[in-house]
Amino acid sequence: MTNVERHAYDVVVVGAGGAGLRAAIEARERGMRTAVICKSLFGKAHTVMAEGGIAASMGNVNPHDNWQVHFRDTMRGGKFLNYWRMAELHAKEAPDRVWELETWGALFDRTPDGKISQRNFGGHEYPRLAHVGDRTGLELIRTLQQKVVSLQQEDFAETGDYESRLKVLQECTVTRILKSGQEVAGVFGYVRESGRLFVIDAPAVVLATGGIGKSFKVTSNSWEYTGDGHALALLAGAPLINMEFIQFHPTGMVWPPSVKGILVTESVRGDGGVLRNSDGKRFMFDYIPDVFKEKYAQTEEEADGWYTDPEHHRRPPELLPRDEVARAINSEVKAGRGTPHGGVFLDVSTRLTPEEIKRRLPSMHHQFKELADVDITAEPMEVGPTCHYMMGGVDVAPDTAEARGVPGLYAAGEVAGGMHGSNRLGGNSLSDLLVFGRRAGLSAARYAAALDPAARPVADQAEIDAAAREALRPFNGPEQAASQDTPEGAAGGAQAPAENPYTVHQELQQVMNDLVGIIRRGPEMEQALERLASLRERAGRAVVEGHRQFNPGWHLAIDLRNMLLVSECVAKAALERTESRGGHTRDDYPEMDRTWRKVGLLCTLTGPGAQAGAGAGADADSAADARVSVERRPMDPIRADLLDLFERDELLKYLTDEELG
Amino acid sequence: MTSYEAHFKVWRGDAEGGDLRDYQVEVNDGEVVLDIVHRLQATQAPDLAVRWNCKAGKCGSCSAEVNGRPRLMCMTRMSVFTRDETVTVTPMRTFPVVRDLVTDVSLNYTKAREVPSFVPPEGVAPGEYRMAQVDVERSQEFRKCIECFLCQNTCHVVRDHDENKPAFSGPRFLMRIAELDMHPLDAAADHGLTRATSAQDDHGLGYCNITKCCTEVCPEQIKITDNALIPLKERAADRKYDPLVWLGSRIRRRGQ
Repeated sequence: MTNVERHAYDVVVVGAGGAGLRAAIEARERGMRTAVICKSLFGKAHTVMAEGGIAASMGNVNPHDNWQVHFRDTMRGGKFLNYWRMAELHAKEAPDRVWELETWGALFDRTPDGKISQRNFGGHEYPRLAHVGDRTGLELIRTLQQKVVSLQQEDFAETGDYESRLKVLQECTVTRILKSGQEVAGVFGYVRESGRLFVIDAPAVVLATGGIGKSFKVTSNSWEYTGDGHALALLAGAPLINMEFIQFHPTGMVWPPSVKGILVTESVRGDGGVLRNSDGKRFMFDYIPDVFKEKYAQTEEEADGWYTDPEHHRRPPELLPRDEVARAINSEVKAGRGTPHGGVFLDVSTRLTPEEIKRRLPSMHHQFKELADVDITAEPMEVGPTCHYMMGGVDVAPDTAEARGVPGLYAAGEVAGGMHGSNRLGGNSLSDLLVFGRRAGLSAARYAAALDPAARPVADQAEIDAAAREALRPFNGPEQAASQDTPEGAAGGAQAPAENPYTVHQELQQVMNDLVGIIRRGPEMEQALERLASLRERAGRAVVEGHRQFNPGWHLAIDLRNMLLVSECVAKAALERTESRGGHTRDDYPEMDRTWRKVGLLCTLTGPGAQAGAGAGADADSAADARVSVERRPMDPIRADLLDLFERDELLKYLTDEELG
Repeated sequence: MTSYEAHFKVWRGDAEGGDLRDYQVEVNDGEVVLDIVHRLQATQAPDLAVRWNCKAGKCGSCSAEVNGRPRLMCMTRMSVFTRDETVTVTPMRTFPVVRDLVTDVSLNYTKAREVPSFVPPEGVAPGEYRMAQVDVERSQEFRKCIECFLCQNTCHVVRDHDENKPAFSGPRFLMRIAELDMHPLDAAADHGLTRATSAQDDHGLGYCNITKCCTEVCPEQIKITDNALIPLKERAADRKYDPLVWLGSRIRRRGQ
């Protein structure tokens, strides 16, 4: 029996970014004792890096905006693969979620009449993004953090204990969802600072762990984005959907090498920045796809006119959805028209005055000045695509955010799939976090409250012991590790050498970047799957030095399991989908195929590491042996009144003739 | 692309004690101190403990002292040092060490909880908030804070004076009070809370003697002293020396 701390809560939220905190606030307000677990310090979550804004059709800047227009833009951005019900709920509820933030103390930039200002963004028909300069994510996370504190102050006044109803466990990592039969029973994890292991008994668990970018070499994501929630759900028996769709943000920094991938906000283009190649040509006019031909300007004159008179001009093509812009930049660089450091030029200095740039894009100004010696008020930036966002994730019920097949498990934010279809619009992430974070917290609270307190599921001790062995395995010697956990490794010789987790991680990032990146080919992805299998075997032999107290090598060794599982899902689903759509571009299948729109690809875990029924954790020791399998699932037909929001001619580009009847 | 070998000294240890260890490590064009710490982890010291997240100066996790100066490691370019200069990296001094470059910053979370939260105005529905840009800008400057706690680490009131920690919230949280005090719609006063007075009476504003050390180390270039602390002091003083306020408080006290 392993020595673990044990706590009990009604609802456990894994992740303290926008979705996690919003879920926790909701669950606590519904009277549930709630714990939030996060890998970093409270308030440092990846949400803090969001720059541009929160999309919500408040209509403060253009009164024509409403939820129907937002819904249409979202579906077009996702190339109609979105879970339409999620897109509908999102568009309808986003304004309320933004206004609510003001009652919690948020201070957005204002319009002249004192309302929340809204800015233009790619794929959004009207100015729609509530923002604070280019640090909107910071405002969001701080507001939610301060709301949590405010609830804790209320609890203190009533009970004398700040944490009596809402506790934040910071710098802790969850490694397993614990189950009893099919139902969630709690979570298993460790405290990063001390290395102590813990179990929290809880009937409802909300996953809000964000994305997977750290599996790629060039990414805008932080170290936290190791696909934890995706992997936890898989291991608990919940399927993932749309895992082939990864958003490469068109504009990441490309130089110097150490900052390659760091995000350059889309607001630069929303506020008038243009893209040029090394010939000085504004190339985006050459890359407007047929489905968007009517909506975007064909000439520079028309595009330039839009900034001051949007009623009589079409939008500049720099503001196409991100997948289109990223592919265009990639093509320009490949054709030899890139910048000295392999990107393209992004210039806002010719449209805005230095003062305007510093006011509207302060972080970008600071970031380029400090890290690249570039003054964006006077010269262009060099930018190129960077792995930014995972559209795929836990397959959830749109209204309740409940993971299909695992009662008591919920997911919201980037870790949940479906909402954004094959490509997410900028600004739709922060609103997604709030809308579905709240819904997940609400559903989890209702579920927990409805259970008989005396009959809550209790995790099996054997499952807890297995999770503990799995977590501590990297401290074992290589021989022991190899013989215990990786039969393939043992077959290759019991003397298989110990692996450095940092090395395995770097190779994984290179494989995903080179072979399952922005442009994909069948044979390369098959090669990637072979490489991933070998990396998985080597990760099983990862050994760490030192002890359990704040040991980053150990933390990485544990995170590798998740990154490898998720990478396998990405590669397998991408190999299966023989078309190009949104964040999935096949060189060997370059066209979008309407028949593929009706198909969702579902990833599940099979094999000895994922025995359904007993709970995946029961066999934690052999997680390395579990295999991802992909199956096709028909998408729900889009509700008729929602289809009526579009012209038939446009629908014909996406839907098959039979679907339209 | 040029690279060279730099000489680093990194503090290794825990609450029991520790010392500076020497490392020779490769440095490439454009790199920052955090890149070098990561290279040490990957090649020489896999268990070297360090906090970091965004590596873009937005999250405020990688605070440390580089050659004695409190800084974000992700925003400290190696090009600010000469190639033969030894770069010494130590944990923030004001907070107890957990391990290596990681310190126990829980004091800040305790202080955050002691600041009364935003009080929404009564009778103003969500969506009906109206504020002028010029009015929100004052508080927006303070909301740029990324909570790196470098100001808290630098402030001499607590840097070598643990005994002041219980009574003094520090620049970050006094600035938070100023932010709420300047929020156009904060209704705390309607509920009997005067934020500036509370800063003085409950959060140790009086300890601050405006040496501006906090402002100097702020990676967000927030003018903490000039724009938050001094105005807060002025408002606290105004209330204290305003004869009407004085009279009012005497009368109220008598009535209790």
